[in-house]
Amino acid sequence: MSQQVLAPAADQAQAIATVWQTMFWPNVVIYMAMLAALAWALWRRRAVVADAAVQARQERNWVRALVAWIVFIALVLTAYTAVSFVQDRHRLAHAPDALRVRITANQWWWQVDYLDPDPSRQVGTANELHLPLGRMTRIDLLSGDVIHSLWIPALNGKEDLIPGRSTQLALTPRAIGHYRGECAEFCGLQHAHMLLPVTVESPAAFAAWLDARRAPAATPASPSAVRGQQVFESGTCAMCHAIAGTSADSHAGPDLTHIASRPMLAAGALPNDRAHLAAWLVDPQAFKPGTKMPNPRLQPQEVSDLVDYLEGLR
Amino acid sequence: MSARDANVEAQLARTWADKPGLVGWLSTTDHKRVGRRYLVTAIVFFALAGLMALVMRTQLALPDNHLLGPDRYNQFFSMHGSVMMFLFAVPVMTAMGAYLVPLMLGARASSFPRLNAFGYWIYLFGGLTIFVAFALDAGPETGWTAYVPLSSSDFSAGHRTDIWSQMVNFTEVSALCVAAQVVTSFMVTRAPGMRLDRIPLFVWAQVVTAFMMMFAMPSVMLASQALQSDRQFGTHFFNPGEGGDPLLWQHLFWFFGHPEVYIIFIPALGMISSIVQTFARRRIFGHTAMVVAMLAIGFLSFGLWVHHMFATGLPPLGNSFYTIASMLIAIPSGVQIFCWIATLWLGRPRFATPLLFVLGFFALFVIGGLSGVMLASVPLDTQVHDSYFVVAHFHYVLIGGAVFPLIGGFYYWFPKFTGRLLSEGMGKLNFWLLFAGVNLTFFPMHWLGLAGMQRRIYTWPAGLGWEWANMAATVGSYIVGIGVLLFVANVVWSLRRGQVAGDNPWDAPELEWATSSPPPPWNFTEAPVVRSLTPLWSDTPIEWLRGLKSDKREMLLTSIAEARPTARWGCPDPSIWPFLSALTLTLQFIWTIFDPWGWVWASIPMAVAMTIWFWPKKSEPSME
Amino acid sequence: MSSRSRRAERSARGITALVAAALLALLVAACEREHREYESKAPPPTPANEAVRVGDLQPGKPQPPRMDPHGRSFEGNAWHVNQGARLYKWFNCTGCHAAGGGSIGPALMDADWRYGGSIEQIHASIAQGRPNGMPSFRGKIPDDQIWEIAAYVRTLSGNAPKYVEGGGRQGMAVAPPTSRLPKLEPKTTESSQ
Repeated sequence: MSQQVLAPAADQAQAIATVWQTMFWPNVVIYMAMLAALAWALWRRRAVVADAAVQARQERNWVRALVAWIVFIALVLTAYTAVSFVQDRHRLAHAPDALRVRITANQWWWQVDYLDPDPSRQVGTANELHLPLGRMTRIDLLSGDVIHSLWIPALNGKEDLIPGRSTQLALTPRAIGHYRGECAEFCGLQHAHMLLPVTVESPAAFAAWLDARRAPAATPASPSAVRGQQVFESGTCAMCHAIAGTSADSHAGPDLTHIASRPMLAAGALPNDRAHLAAWLVDPQAFKPGTKMPNPRLQPQEVSDLVDYLEGLR
Repeated sequence: MSARDANVEAQLARTWADKPGLVGWLSTTDHKRVGRRYLVTAIVFFALAGLMALVMRTQLALPDNHLLGPDRYNQFFSMHGSVMMFLFAVPVMTAMGAYLVPLMLGARASSFPRLNAFGYWIYLFGGLTIFVAFALDAGPETGWTAYVPLSSSDFSAGHRTDIWSQMVNFTEVSALCVAAQVVTSFMVTRAPGMRLDRIPLFVWAQVVTAFMMMFAMPSVMLASQALQSDRQFGTHFFNPGEGGDPLLWQHLFWFFGHPEVYIIFIPALGMISSIVQTFARRRIFGHTAMVVAMLAIGFLSFGLWVHHMFATGLPPLGNSFYTIASMLIAIPSGVQIFCWIATLWLGRPRFATPLLFVLGFFALFVIGGLSGVMLASVPLDTQVHDSYFVVAHFHYVLIGGAVFPLIGGFYYWFPKFTGRLLSEGMGKLNFWLLFAGVNLTFFPMHWLGLAGMQRRIYTWPAGLGWEWANMAATVGSYIVGIGVLLFVANVVWSLRRGQVAGDNPWDAPELEWATSSPPPPWNFTEAPVVRSLTPLWSDTPIEWLRGLKSDKREMLLTSIAEARPTARWGCPDPSIWPFLSALTLTLQFIWTIFDPWGWVWASIPMAVAMTIWFWPKKSEPSME
Repeated sequence: MSSRSRRAERSARGITALVAAALLALLVAACEREHREYESKAPPPTPANEAVRVGDLQPGKPQPPRMDPHGRSFEGNAWHVNQGARLYKWFNCTGCHAAGGGSIGPALMDADWRYGGSIEQIHASIAQGRPNGMPSFRGKIPDDQIWEIAAYVRTLSGNAPKYVEGGGRQGMAVAPPTSRLPKLEPKTTESSQ
């Protein structure tokens, strides 16, 4: 997954990279010049005796140089400020036909809702974000508990998610690929494991993905998967998680309707495969100590059935 | 020395002696003894916080490491930041000021000797409180910035954050005590003839810092009291559900927090000026510009705090104002760097360890300053804020801009404090180890931030290319640790075996070098009359003003602008009451962590102690 | 340095050593109240160790109430009480008990407990369910989490060790902070309302 600030894949990150390039190279030159001036001051050849008139003239020259230096710094800083201001306007620009998404951050997972004027077409998912190429997506950022921050370095700068306030982030991706998003404001025990994998795809692929997300959960195919659904709905799982199309409808924890097609588990704590899912269900605290998911204390057969069921939820 | 002078000195020795034994040790008001204690305590805290950093770096050396779990790691980084910022960086600078300012002003004592001592004890007890809490698994867990709602009682259970918040109160009270003392010394206890344009830059730096402390500390005390109130009483300062705002905490904290870093930095600027002046063998070029620059930095630093909040969704136009202000503060800093380089050019530099550390300052601080100018840009900041880029930036400015000048200052003033010089050979090795270690630790962090590594994570995953930079940073941190150990070894060795220093081993121009090394308890037998910025370099020898009594503690007060003698003032005798008052205030602070009734009940012993402390003594005549 | 001040320095060093030793001792002891234990290693409950008396009336010589040390450890721990507060909202206890004042369910902030107000009895009420509307949560909420909720419920009537009392809560202020609530010793009532 790409996440270099200096490898921008969206308009907003490109604006920021321009600011970086504008400031970085002149700064390097200024630094080298300062070191050179220092070296010259220390090691220049000096006359053995400096008479008073010469000293006075040298001092006057240095005073003139000081004034010039102040003017120079002021000009450089003005240029930096101007570039920064202009690129910030680009970064914050709106588009009228932007895709609207709402992300609510919780300790330690992301709730992602694709908004639509028609409520029946809204899509809710968790810990994954898909974006259409070339079109602006405007994300409303909310928090369910403490201050978090959404940072997708390849696409834009970060924006905090603050309880009691709503902030915004705009993304206009220009390259198809997978990008890493993460929480960037210290939010407690598992701040390190709060990833948001972002996938940028063609508009057609994106529309297909969104349609697939709208559908309720796949019905379990095998007998073990049927048992697994039974475990889910009648045990501890349904107390916190929802799977559309079943009786499990709690929104305390992430929605699991299409869990099997997500790139990672537990907001980036684990890769999403059978073995890791089973291990997670046996002891979530071993992988993400402090996570709000308690140990469900399942029997081995229950774990196996549950994994069969969840792995079918594409 | 004539027999009469010897008599006078013997009498002064009796008058200014501390009481014997443990009571004497606890009741001293000699600013030099108090200053030395401050320094030793601050260095111990520095070493402990540095050890924590080494443990954290060991945890972060490898991906998915298991040395520290998330809870312990959070306590470690919170302690590291809080101890470094509250218990080391500010106190060590005020310590240097407490020791040196009266000497540089040619005064016999500080202006409020007992307040000075009280400030030290409060500082010590506050530091002990937080370390005891850390040992008891109750250390702070929300960073040194303690953002709400994470630090509210919903998300920070128990008393960890309450203890942290009270530690902040301890250290702010202590800092305010020293600040009041420095300002008053500057105003009324200067040597006769030390006009405003003849005051050393070190003293100007300490005064600017003291004024900044008086404006900045109340903001964080207000914030921490509001947080404790929310946590204990259920008020709603920061609770959005009832009309409060989490951003209020950030505004109040950073209104303190940004000046705080300049409070740490400006005294270091004063140290650099003293060292450059002495080792360039020329008075500082552009003295007036330097003073104006420090005043400008002090003033401007109060207008920058929102640059810590660029990602919080504040209006963009407002953010741009803070970009401009944050860029603007580079100008006075640039002026200072220019003037020092000019001084070295115009002078005849000679190399010694103090100057080496100052050169290290130039190399390190300017990197931090330039990355700071980049951070001032809102869009760029939104990328690298809360990433390792910022960690690199602030360590470069703090270590380069404050710690290196401080260590240079230690090498420079150690002979004055102890009468012996630190070893030059060990000093040069010390410098190179620290310089290499700091660069190896923090330079790769710039790259890590640009590669997406966020701050305050207890572990990081493999496969992102972060491995080499983290390993380099860990190796570098161990080199820094060895460098610090070497400094301590140098101090310990030199205390016994170092070359004996005379009054003025460096041939420096300022007044503290006009008395013995270490100075006697009364600093100067007679008041020096100052006729230039560099009194010890002037062609005519210093004149000494006689007339201060030697059979009771007395010092000379002078007018604010022209420094003409105005009065003789009786200094207070040593007293145990600052120590006991500090104990009662400590009792109150600790009691109120657990039970708000402590504000009422613990006020009683405090009132008793302070009443006895301030009880006027009939035997001391008022100023004549 | 005079010999007197040397003695003073020595006694100061002695005190410092004493303080350091005390700190080390404390380090070993640590503070249980602040400990964050994410998952207990206790065995899951079997019906045999779930026997809790919900009323005081008993024939013959009265037996002292059974105390569960595992459950009691939750009461004295700030972390567990804090988690219990979170779970109280998550699992919709507020739906019937409001923020402790009660609505269609009885109040949890007073001294009246139909089925007992000790932490073991509260745990049993949550796990087993009770007549007239209290659902049974055994198998739905893991056992440790039921202990956490029970520990929190105890604080609502002021029956928590002072140290772990909660402070101000985020969100709408529907109840005073638990540290401001009066302590009301539970007494079992016969009320059938």
